[in-house]
Amino acid sequence: MEVSEELRRELTALKLENARLRRQLEGKEASENKYPLSLEEYKRYGRQMIVEETGGTLGQVKLRNSRVLVVGAGGLGSPVLPYLAGAGVGHIGIVDNDVVDTSNLHRQVLHDSESVGTLKCESAKRALNRLNPLVEVITYPVRLSNTNAFEIFRSYDYILDCTDTPLTRYLISDVAVNLGITVVSASGLGTEGQLCILNFKKLGPCYRCFYPKPPTPTSVTSCQEGGVVGPCIGLVGVMMAVETLKLIYGVYAEDNFQPFLTTYSGFPNQSMRTFKMRGRQDNCACCGLSPIVTKDAIESGTINYQNFCGSRSYDCCSLDERISVELFEDQYKNREPSSYILLDVRPHHHYDISHIPQAYNLTVKELRDMDGELTKIQKHIPNINKDSEVVVMCRYGNDSRLATRLLKDQFGISNVKDVTGGLFRYIDRIDPSIPKY
Amino acid sequence: MVTVKVEFLGGLDVVFGKQRVHKVRIDEPSVNAKRLISYIAEEMITNKKDINVFLEEGTVRPGILTLINDTDWELEGGEDYVLEDGDVVSFTSTLHGG
Repeated sequence: MEVSEELRRELTALKLENARLRRQLEGKEASENKYPLSLEEYKRYGRQMIVEETGGTLGQVKLRNSRVLVVGAGGLGSPVLPYLAGAGVGHIGIVDNDVVDTSNLHRQVLHDSESVGTLKCESAKRALNRLNPLVEVITYPVRLSNTNAFEIFRSYDYILDCTDTPLTRYLISDVAVNLGITVVSASGLGTEGQLCILNFKKLGPCYRCFYPKPPTPTSVTSCQEGGVVGPCIGLVGVMMAVETLKLIYGVYAEDNFQPFLTTYSGFPNQSMRTFKMRGRQDNCACCGLSPIVTKDAIESGTINYQNFCGSRSYDCCSLDERISVELFEDQYKNREPSSYILLDVRPHHHYDISHIPQAYNLTVKELRDMDGELTKIQKHIPNINKDSEVVVMCRYGNDSRLATRLLKDQFGISNVKDVTGGLFRYIDRIDPSIPKY
Repeated sequence: MVTVKVEFLGGLDVVFGKQRVHKVRIDEPSVNAKRLISYIAEEMITNKKDINVFLEEGTVRPGILTLINDTDWELEGGEDYVLEDGDVVSFTSTLHGG
């Protein structure tokens, strides 16, 4: 039977209201019964409450009273959020201004195909409300920034860093240090993940203690670029939930907490290692003895995260060295394939997924390693020479610019053109029948 | 002379022939962590163009953590730590995805 969207929404609203009323009623009962939790809560959380390490009723009350902010409802946030809500963490905040995309769903399994195009924080909230109507979920559909972070963070006891760039990671750590909030921080890529606790009870260490200097932008790989295996990043997210519960239960204390970094590898054999890490560094710019990363400095923009972390520059081709996908289609696509060379510089395993039929495949790194020797390219593309007409393409049109530069400057091929926007723009505008991944 | 195990984690193995664990023997009377790093850069990275994945301004690149026997090298004296037979030195590149 088809149920209209409106009816379904109304039903959800009624269910939530019902749960709220029941909660009120039970709260009343509980106070009459002199039990700290409602009967529904005993039933719902009983199986974890009887695990001795959770502290039973007292531990459950701690969960109910705690306020946890999750920044990022993606690959890490997806498993963290339902486990926190399921366990009965009373107040959960979600910061994310991104919308659900089909390409997220292999790992961001809290969302579903129906929520494609909607805000991740709202999609996550819907899922959490269905899982456990007893917890309060607050959404922040904004991009975390130096101007809004303090306002958002100040109402929370713990911050979970489930974000995906060094810039946000520094910002979260800096703001948390200034507000005295403990951070659970994790990350992952490919089949690996990392996890640590920062600024534990203001004792440190913070992200800057570990990484006083930001990584060079060229060494930073995103999930979009490097790929990620769903359950591998998911497992790291689950580990974050475990750490958060332990923090709330009070398993970690000032006298037993040891700074650590846990690493997880999914392939070839699953393994987890925990390294003993440095504590707070006296010379840390944020949590050290004479901090310069203060609330004022962050909010005023004196600490410029953009400049600090930098960004990659692909701006190395002039306008006349670039052609649009439309021009490529008009001028080259139907020409005799042997009259020009189409070079796809994506990694081979990307090329294997889909490519334009006549394209050769050599990566930027492979070209760079050839040291400008034409004979080395000729092993792969026999008919290439200095007078060849070469068209270069990659996924989005960044690496292809670097390759264009190399081909012209190092190999001395004078007629090289970069396709602006790359294969994906070609697919979007010209040929949607090619698989986009 | 000292023989240690060296590990490249967090994707760093790409510049070491995709091999994560290496046995390294250095025939010098005393070898500290700084010397091991220069040895790795000089002797173990086959493609010299890849050195900047590991090394920057004479030490490990920002974003790489160095661990000696599963402990942050900052707690062990950093570059000055003198290696002993059987030590495990791990280098792990920081991940940022989420």
